[in-house]
Amino acid sequence: MKKFVLSFLMACALVSGVQANTGGIVWDKAPNNLNDMSALQNGAKVFVNYCLNCHAAAFMRFNRLKDIGLTEQQIKDNLLFTTDKVGDTMKVAMDPRQAKEWFGGNPPDLTVIARSRSAPGNGSGADYIYTYLRTYYVDDTKATGWNNLAFPNVGMPHALWELQGKRAPIYAVEEAHGHEVQVFKGWEQITPGKMTQLEYDHMVGDLVGYLQWMSEPAQAKRVQIGVWVLIFLGVLTAITWRLNAAYWKDVK
Amino acid sequence: MAEFKEISPNAPASAKLGNWLHNRFPTAFDAYRVHMAEYYAPKNFNLWYIFGSLSLLVLVIQIVTGIFLVMHYKPDAALAFGSVEYIMRDVPWGWLIRYMHSTGASAFFIVVYLHMFRGLMYGSYRKPRELVWLFGCAIFLCLMAEAFMGYLLPWGQMSYWGAQVIVNLFAAVPFVGPDLALLIRGDYVVGDATLNRFFSFHVIAVPLVLLGLVVAHLLALHDVGSNNPDGVEIKGPNAPKDAKGHPLDGIPFHPYYTVHDIFAVSMFLMVFTAIIFFAPEFGGYFLEYNNFIPADPLKTPLHIAPVWYFTPYYSMLRAITSEMVYVLIACVWLAVFLALTRGKLAALFKVVALGAAVVVTAMMLTTDAKFWGVVIMGGAVVILFFLPWLDNCAVKSIRYRPDWHKYMYAVFVINFVILAYLGVQPPSQVGERVSQVGTLFYFGFFLLMPWWSQMGQAKPVPSRVVFAAH
Repeated sequence: MKKFVLSFLMACALVSGVQANTGGIVWDKAPNNLNDMSALQNGAKVFVNYCLNCHAAAFMRFNRLKDIGLTEQQIKDNLLFTTDKVGDTMKVAMDPRQAKEWFGGNPPDLTVIARSRSAPGNGSGADYIYTYLRTYYVDDTKATGWNNLAFPNVGMPHALWELQGKRAPIYAVEEAHGHEVQVFKGWEQITPGKMTQLEYDHMVGDLVGYLQWMSEPAQAKRVQIGVWVLIFLGVLTAITWRLNAAYWKDVK
Repeated sequence: MAEFKEISPNAPASAKLGNWLHNRFPTAFDAYRVHMAEYYAPKNFNLWYIFGSLSLLVLVIQIVTGIFLVMHYKPDAALAFGSVEYIMRDVPWGWLIRYMHSTGASAFFIVVYLHMFRGLMYGSYRKPRELVWLFGCAIFLCLMAEAFMGYLLPWGQMSYWGAQVIVNLFAAVPFVGPDLALLIRGDYVVGDATLNRFFSFHVIAVPLVLLGLVVAHLLALHDVGSNNPDGVEIKGPNAPKDAKGHPLDGIPFHPYYTVHDIFAVSMFLMVFTAIIFFAPEFGGYFLEYNNFIPADPLKTPLHIAPVWYFTPYYSMLRAITSEMVYVLIACVWLAVFLALTRGKLAALFKVVALGAAVVVTAMMLTTDAKFWGVVIMGGAVVILFFLPWLDNCAVKSIRYRPDWHKYMYAVFVINFVILAYLGVQPPSQVGERVSQVGTLFYFGFFLLMPWWSQMGQAKPVPSRVVFAAH
């Protein structure tokens, strides 16, 4: 019996360490901004200004932003287009057929994008988006003029390029296992952006935090409640343990 | 009709109410006596015996949370994905209900797998409990159907393509396959019609059958009495009994095992709620990440894997390549050769066996390997039904079997876990070979059981159960 339990646990450990790396670049770790209200609010602002023109978040209501500390009036004044109502979901006006013509596909809905992009072994969905939005480079062979290290041949042009500026990756040729391979060595800034590299990374971190929050707005509450539930069940278990012992103590 | 009992008008109100009910519904009182207060269960149950009660608990959780989910869910290809997100965001406590249901699905399989393994270890399927085991296997089949169809409902990429892959398997059946797949889907691809019928099966048809089977499983169990870790019959004609005829090695289910179960339930809920509140996706095993992308019939995901509880069978399906079919043919002929040379069969049966082998070989050589994969996958579950008649060991419980039987069971479990692991992984050459060996072992374990279970010297079984006071 013990052997069985042991081997089962070992097998579980084996399983949890798997999910092979599917190639591509190593993802950077996204900062954890889920408890930082000002970061989330800034992320919401960036999201509405830069992403929401093409990408919808069709399951997310504007007034849910109250959860990250905004008032209804602030949402109305700063984040809504004139025709929207505060109880509306975040939709876009772009025609899907035009989108297909411009980008080769319909921009995906972003409501739960941070959850869907997780890949065990590579990182969380937030890590992916954090890496993706920071690895755009100019590429004249592409129709949009842009390409991406984390998402090769991406359809979306660099929407934040004004902020980051134009960049190109620097490769060095190295020898490995008898082959010549290109190794990524860093970035070359071609034209400067409005932000420094540090400011840009910080802003993307805020945006990613917001996307992560939006993918499951109840997550902070979930964890809070979970602690109380476990405390309650701990007490219940102690009581039922003694109750069980009290009944069984006379059974010979 | 039972006799009407009068009660003194001065009796307390509770006694009056009890008497009033008893005169009108004596069956309920009998049932309480037969199944609870005077159902004698062996007193030497160990930890393994809580998984039956826990699966009943999870069944109730699934039904209750399911009722609330159906209030907000929309079985419509255009609305389904959004309605699940609506539950997660806009329905008060909807996220909790949904996570309970999604975690409950995986928890169901965990407790049921452990429950089945308990039965395997202690010989709980053996005479006179064959029917209890058969009902249990039928419950397991229903559970698989229930889980498979429920998984389509969130209408994410994995829902969609998982259903597409599995329904297409039915198309591999010779002659009727394509029509059968069409009948299941209700369309030429998985679509709105499929979603609607799966919804109907998931919320009504299968749960009804499941509940009926659970009742049959419990009634049959209470008729023959529970087995125990020693495999000693506590209610047999020779078993020691007290003056009232109650078994000395038994104890009333209520209150002794109800307090046991309440304790087990609170421990189980600690684990269950820890997952719900802190890791509802469980690293992508309970809620697959790809399923947060709405179903797209035009975009096939790179890697389609079923949810973890189906992966051992999925591995066996993938193990049956066209090469592997030759191995299966060799197995068939080896069996026939042994039957002809070693078996004590009548000449007529030998001819029939030979003829059957020729027909099966011809079918295997002419039909797509995919079909035999489906046969193996289905067979892996169906073979469980035959377990009571495959086991020829002199004793029931693993405690008194030869020691090497324990290693056999250990290898069986490890093999099952490895198959599960390989089913999650993308196909690979090494994985294919390992899963082929694993598949042969899985079937060898059951099909050769009539012989290997007889081998070795069983230890003496005590006449009374082994019980140490708590």
